[in-house]
Amino acid sequence: MRYSGFKVIKEALTGHRGWGPAWRDVDPQPAYDYVIIGGGGHGLATAYYLASVYKQSRIAVLEKGWIGGGNVGRNTTIIRSNYLLDGNEPFYEFSLKLWEGLEQDLNYNAMVSQRGILNLIHTDAQRDAFIRRGNAMILNGADADLLTTAQIKKRYPFLNTENARFPIKGGLAQHRGGTVRHDAVAWGYARAADQRGVDIIQNCEVTGFTIENGTCTGVETTRGAIKAKKVAACVAGSSSRLMEKAGMRLPIESHVLQAFVSEGLKPLLPGVITFGAGHFYCSQSDKGGLVFGGDIDGYNSYAQRGNLPVVEDVCEGGMAIFPMLGRARLLRMWGGIMDMSMDGSPIIDKTHIDGLYFNGGWCYGGFKATPASGYVYAHLLANDTPHETATAYRFDRFAKGLMIDEKGQGNQPNLH
Amino acid sequence: MIINHPLLGPRDSAEFTYMGDARLINRPDWQADDAVAQFTDYGYLRDNPAGAHRELWFHEGGDRSWLVVTRDTTTHEITNVELARDVARAEGRSK
Ligand SMILES: Cc1cc2nc3c(=O)[nH]c(=O)nc-3n(C[C@H](O)[C@H](O)[C@H](O)COP(=O)(O)OP(=O)(O)OC[C@H]3O[C@@H](n4cnc5c(N)ncnc54)[C@H](O)[C@@H]3O)c2cc1C
Repeated sequence: MRYSGFKVIKEALTGHRGWGPAWRDVDPQPAYDYVIIGGGGHGLATAYYLASVYKQSRIAVLEKGWIGGGNVGRNTTIIRSNYLLDGNEPFYEFSLKLWEGLEQDLNYNAMVSQRGILNLIHTDAQRDAFIRRGNAMILNGADADLLTTAQIKKRYPFLNTENARFPIKGGLAQHRGGTVRHDAVAWGYARAADQRGVDIIQNCEVTGFTIENGTCTGVETTRGAIKAKKVAACVAGSSSRLMEKAGMRLPIESHVLQAFVSEGLKPLLPGVITFGAGHFYCSQSDKGGLVFGGDIDGYNSYAQRGNLPVVEDVCEGGMAIFPMLGRARLLRMWGGIMDMSMDGSPIIDKTHIDGLYFNGGWCYGGFKATPASGYVYAHLLANDTPHETATAYRFDRFAKGLMIDEKGQGNQPNLH
Repeated sequence: MIINHPLLGPRDSAEFTYMGDARLINRPDWQADDAVAQFTDYGYLRDNPAGAHRELWFHEGGDRSWLVVTRDTTTHEITNVELARDVARAEGRSK
């Protein structure tokens, strides 16, 4: 069924009896060509591009819970391509371009809103760094715009530019950045993949791999064994737990990141703002809630909930740039488990086991990557060679000293 | 989280800096034949279990001692706290 304005009107006039489920509820087949583990944004996007762009078939996505129950449904929905390094920027710009055509491509309203993102500058050194970053972005075909304090004041009159400790000295804007309705991304990819014959199997946890003579030939699941020519792991925060079953240790620690939503307010924040002197980022949802977050809690965790010191730290960051935040009440907060890698960048690669592929290490920034991650992972699965925008995301980059470390922090995952 | 410091008693975890897996105490031998491979593993690979995890916490905002904390990563419950110095000595790391 195609969704359209005409269809909405027709259904409104006929009592909404014609809407079917958006994807089929299927039982697993005994064998597939491709088994994708993890029904998050990346797993579903991988299945969609495998079927649509790379014309592959016999594809299944196995999800231990329900699709969209992981980080794809827990993030703060910011998309952008404002990276510095060559290994990253072409990939994230490719992703932003895919976001721009996503809704037409999927025939699904994912509420892609290019409301712009603004990174505030508070020191002269930071201005130099942001000018450099902006130039790197432009060289890679992205957009970047250095704004003066006066230009920022015009759009965000309530910002405290004169804070004695953290004065706002300008900002780097990416006008094509913005937000996307996160659940709709999972649902849109699921529906579009399903329409192209992909089996989406929920409540199906992968509990082990079938590995014979160094080749992975299938998976064991809570719904029985499933054979596959290629097995593609794509489980974000659970990466280490899953790959341990194949005997692998990863350059990843799992950490908890919290997110917060205030009570609904009148329209106030036209775009996304980030505070540059601490760690705080904020946007306003279409329902009016201020959606914000900051640093990860900083210790290994699978608990999907964080602790109070970080709540205080995030709120202090917010209060430093817009003190009126203190008058709003917090409505909801939650946590998600981040696959923090050793250099802050992801891995999309074959493993040393034939037929077993890995996608993970997304840290707190994998939502914006969803379309490109799916696209390049599908490319790798179909062709056994990396997509041109993802050649640097290899496992062996750590051994070879080819880290992609945007922040220059070294192998300390909680600092990325 | 409250960390029960062996010398100072219960302290807020916010006084500490988290430094990762306690296996980092066991620095490989730089003269071993496969030292490069060992250091690559040591520097970049982690166990990352869901459940009991032994990890290093540095009391940066306190007495600057290093602790080995055993904590459940699924509940955040802390079951054991030792001085990293004692752990290292027991493993024969320093005299
Ligand atoms: C609070 C928070 C804020 C964030 N904000 C942003 C942001 O503003 N911008 C941004 O770009 N990114 C952000 N992120 C990061 C982003 O959400 C993640 O990097 C991204 O969603 C990870 O990819 P995914 O969607 O495939 O993961 P998930 O949705 O977590 O998918 C993984 C799936 O695998 C399943 N699974 C796990 N183990 C198994 C198994 N054994 N068998 C079968 N299935 C299994 C899980 O149930 C899960 O559904 C944020 C994350 C959090 C938690």
